[in-house]
Amino acid sequence: MSETNQTVAAIEMVDVCKWFGDFQALKDVNLRVDTSEKVVICGPSGSGKSTAIRCINRLERHESGQISVDGINLTDDKSSVAAIRAEVGMVFQQFNLFPHLTVIENLTLGPIRARGMSESAARNLAESYLERVRIPEQAEKYPGQLSGGQQQRVAIARSLCMEPKILLFDEPTSALDPEMIAEVLEVMAELADSGMTMIVVTHEMGFARKVADTMVFMDHGRVVESAPPEQFFSNPRTDRCQEFLSQILSH
Amino acid sequence: MKIKIRDCRNTLLLLMLPLLTGCGNQWGWYVVNPSTEQGRGNLKFLIGGLGNTILLSVCALLISVVLGLLVALPGLSENRWLRWFNRVYVELVRAVPLLVLLLWVYYGLPIAAGISINVFWAGVIALALSDSAFEAEIFRAGIQSIAKGQTEAARTIGLNYRDTMRFVILPQAIRRILPPLGNQLVYMLKISSLVSIIGMQELTRRANELVVTEYRPLEIYTILVIEYLILILIVSQGVRWLERKMGSDERG
Repeated sequence: MSETNQTVAAIEMVDVCKWFGDFQALKDVNLRVDTSEKVVICGPSGSGKSTAIRCINRLERHESGQISVDGINLTDDKSSVAAIRAEVGMVFQQFNLFPHLTVIENLTLGPIRARGMSESAARNLAESYLERVRIPEQAEKYPGQLSGGQQQRVAIARSLCMEPKILLFDEPTSALDPEMIAEVLEVMAELADSGMTMIVVTHEMGFARKVADTMVFMDHGRVVESAPPEQFFSNPRTDRCQEFLSQILSH
Repeated sequence: MKIKIRDCRNTLLLLMLPLLTGCGNQWGWYVVNPSTEQGRGNLKFLIGGLGNTILLSVCALLISVVLGLLVALPGLSENRWLRWFNRVYVELVRAVPLLVLLLWVYYGLPIAAGISINVFWAGVIALALSDSAFEAEIFRAGIQSIAKGQTEAARTIGLNYRDTMRFVILPQAIRRILPPLGNQLVYMLKISSLVSIIGMQELTRRANELVVTEYRPLEIYTILVIEYLILILIVSQGVRWLERKMGSDERG
């Protein structure tokens, strides 16, 4: 639509609004993510952080405002949705692995069906990503036979198999037992180092401090604060954010 | 729908009781006495309907499964008109009694559509149509029971609607759908007896015809009951086996 001559953002959300019935989940959300930037979104539950990232790949439809990914404007047009989904991978809180398929089948389904890759090429690709999330030996198992941490790493590998430019993480460690959180965060930190553009919704503030380029705080459907982590943690501007941080960091 | 083999054996014994004690000249088992030529012929004639009963039910079930799926999918759509189509289809088809549908398909459809339909296909079409509404509901419930996250994950790895259904949702839903489908087969085997009304040579029709020539309704219909009992018993055992197998196959 409105092409400007500045560099194209990886993700740009302008005045995005979203309602669930009478409840307004997103209120004029503005967010810009540059290529290779890592953004961590935090905020109390019900603040709209998950909804915001789910709008980016059209798991939720935004009612007004504009979303563009890599210059592609997200509209009701199916081809724009497909084009954006081809660039954006997502990792869910509940992993959402396909329980009737083996790990390797989970990984190769997308490349084979959506990208028309040959079975052997897809398998090679999948094996290389399994290696990267450090569970190559689990390839022939079913998701139900793996631990939560392993399942989430498989889910990350599954997204990577589509070779996305951007990865969205929707509370990736919230469903995990404490001792498994580290192994997942480690994989995510490595991904961040490799230059992947990432938006991570999480309460893991240690991870955020280490990895984030930008911290975003949301409350009641609005972006309340957006700042580099040093500034965000040491000197939050708003009371609401201060209060939230003191609650979450006191544990 | 669960029939225990022991219960059925007891029922059979009860049915046999008057026969074993002998009720004087009220009974005329000679009509189906396998040691006489007449009895053998009659038995063969009665059992000869079995193939058609099974063929009719299986054909009707196969068609109704496909129809049911085609009707169920629009019911799960986000488009309200597609959902509306599903609702109207299910409500309308469920509202028509099978017997009425059967008569209409056999006597009415050929005139309305200008085609000729034989008894078998009229039976299959009527049974399949009437059952498809129930199949649609079974499919809808089965598909809806699969967590929404599965569809979302499939979408985020770029699968289109068809591939999502084919590779992700249906393979999982089918485990939950198969047991009720088995029950529909049992139901179909029983309800197919109605097709005798238009002259289909299945179990019930054969019995009716024999009664007309032999004047022995008690014995002949008793045999008919036993025929259905044995058939249904075997099929329900198969369904139970399937249920167990599917249940133990659930991974994770």
